[in-house]
Amino acid sequence: MSARSHSKRSWGQRLVILIPYLWLAAFFLVPFLIVFKISLSQFATAQPPYLPQFDLDEGLAGLKEFFSELSSANYARLVSDWLYLSSYGRSLAIAFVSTAMLLALGLPIAYAMARAPRRWQGVLFLLIVLPFWTSFLIRVYAWMTILQRDGLLNQALLAIGIVDAPPVWISTDAAIFIGIVYTYLPFMVLPIYATLERMDETLLEAAADLGCPRWKAFWLVTVPLALPGAIAGSILCFIPIVGEFVIPDLLGGSGTMMIGQTLWLEFFNNRDWPAASAVAVVLLALLIVPLILFQHVQARRLEQGG
Amino acid sequence: MNGQHQSDNPVTTRSGDPAASPLVRFDAVSKRFAGVTAVDGVSLDIYPGEFFALLGPSGCGKTTLLRTLAGFETPDSGRVLLNGEDLTRVPPHRRPVNMMFQSYALFPHLTVAGNVAFGLKQDGLPQEEIAARIAEMLALLRLEGLEARKPHQLSGGQRQRVALARALVKHPRVLLLDEPLAALDKKLRGETQFELMRLKERLGLTFVIVTHDQEEAMTVASRIGVMNHGRLVQVATPSEIYEQPNSRWVADFIGDVNLIDGRVAEKTTVVTTVATTPAGTIRAAASDAKPGDSVAVALRPEKIRIGREVPPASLNAVEGEVAAIGYLGDFSIYKVRLADGFVMEAAAANVARVIERPVSIGDRVWLSWATDAGVVLTQ
Repeated sequence: MSARSHSKRSWGQRLVILIPYLWLAAFFLVPFLIVFKISLSQFATAQPPYLPQFDLDEGLAGLKEFFSELSSANYARLVSDWLYLSSYGRSLAIAFVSTAMLLALGLPIAYAMARAPRRWQGVLFLLIVLPFWTSFLIRVYAWMTILQRDGLLNQALLAIGIVDAPPVWISTDAAIFIGIVYTYLPFMVLPIYATLERMDETLLEAAADLGCPRWKAFWLVTVPLALPGAIAGSILCFIPIVGEFVIPDLLGGSGTMMIGQTLWLEFFNNRDWPAASAVAVVLLALLIVPLILFQHVQARRLEQGG
Repeated sequence: MNGQHQSDNPVTTRSGDPAASPLVRFDAVSKRFAGVTAVDGVSLDIYPGEFFALLGPSGCGKTTLLRTLAGFETPDSGRVLLNGEDLTRVPPHRRPVNMMFQSYALFPHLTVAGNVAFGLKQDGLPQEEIAARIAEMLALLRLEGLEARKPHQLSGGQRQRVALARALVKHPRVLLLDEPLAALDKKLRGETQFELMRLKERLGLTFVIVTHDQEEAMTVASRIGVMNHGRLVQVATPSEIYEQPNSRWVADFIGDVNLIDGRVAEKTTVVTTVATTPAGTIRAAASDAKPGDSVAVALRPEKIRIGREVPPASLNAVEGEVAAIGYLGDFSIYKVRLADGFVMEAAAANVARVIERPVSIGDRVWLSWATDAGVVLTQ
């Protein structure tokens, strides 16, 4: 009786542990394997548009033939064609610069939030997440009108008198950075705020007591304590920015592309599914490095009890 | 610890040296928070070498007063002086005092050595001197071998000693301790109290401690300032505070006391006779009270003898019935109800292990006490 209930419980426990893995297997691992398989295929004018096709009717011989026709030619093309390399490089560079900008902007905002009076913090928190009430796509469209030649930004700049003639914003890299920083700011602010909010204020008093002026205490105490939040925020921003498609497509110029745009182009315009798949697989491989870093930081934080 | 500091503070008498000039002077310091007066016109001198305790219930303003000395609060009026120099507008990082915080406030991202080194690095001391002073301080506080640990890897007692080391390593003119032992368990607290006294004597520093624990203040301090509602109500040595409280409030706050209301009938230079009390007419110690004044006689339970026999006429005596007995091991507390229902408390040391006829509940007993046992309080 007791043995039965024990085994029942352990089955229940196993199931609970299994569910996230089943989820990952069904919605990440299997799709990835399909994409990986397609990336080893060749473009063909067919339905679906690639070869070889896997045919179960032909049995073991068919399977052998299927594997023999797979090749890494698409990956070789990624390295040899300047278009892909420049797209990857541009994506990484834009992600890197905008993450640095987000960090420079997010840290003071999070710090100010954490130091604000308690009764205000709820309101400030709400203001940070408020943009999520509106669809991301609509907010990017809003930026398109703001950044137009006679848009709100130029009207404001002309009114203040900073510029004499309206500068061009839309279809420039500046517009991409504005869009990215605007969109991802909450993802940078919130993790840093979460770490700073728990910080004991008397630590700053202790620093002052030990002879450390306020500005220096910020660097010696606040910043090191905010570091786990800053790393989490940076990774939360960096990874999706690398693969960003909507913002560069709507706000950026047509000259050079980020890797998300290149992928979209290969898939929808050229209908080259294998090439698009190879682009996606390499992108994933590139992003796994910061993801593992993120995991490592999270694990260390858990070990230290938060 | 070093010669300069020892010669600065040669005074180790229990009450400080009144001839010496004060090291710390609070001059009519007041501080209000959002309409609430936390500190109300406090003037106080603390002398070199003292172990001074600010004692009072929570919310009495003792921590705020300490924080005006550390520089974390600016007084609304009044001045704070250190060695005659006005510190009132000096920011905390430029004051030659250090504080040990109630929460310890150890930097969680730094090791034990890093925490202790923090203050020395701010002074820009050479690397070798920093290392030497850390080693010396860690040895003094028995923290050797823990240099590389982070605060979360330490026990409560170890954290407390790191906090102490971090404050002491800067050789402060005054060490401020804000409820330093509140987070420790009772046994460790007792040991640490004696450790604090040993450190103070050894380093020859001046300590100012804030505590709500009267036993702690009595144990460690050479002088106590009792605070209530933002005011200093009595400043004296622990024994004076206990034996010569200057008000009902102080008598009641420090230790157990019987407060017996009455009216002064007559007074001589040695005896004040207080009549119409629930315990009849009481002869108490000499006081400033005038005949006719309404007063209270403060009588400590341990000064009262309890027995079955009628006491000699030279003593104050009153008869009653034992209503309750509290056995504390070393002491027993007897609650004795007098004829008119007034309950008096007497304490007796349990000297003998076995008593043939112990006093028990319901027994008729006599309470008696000497003339000088009772203190007459006019306020």
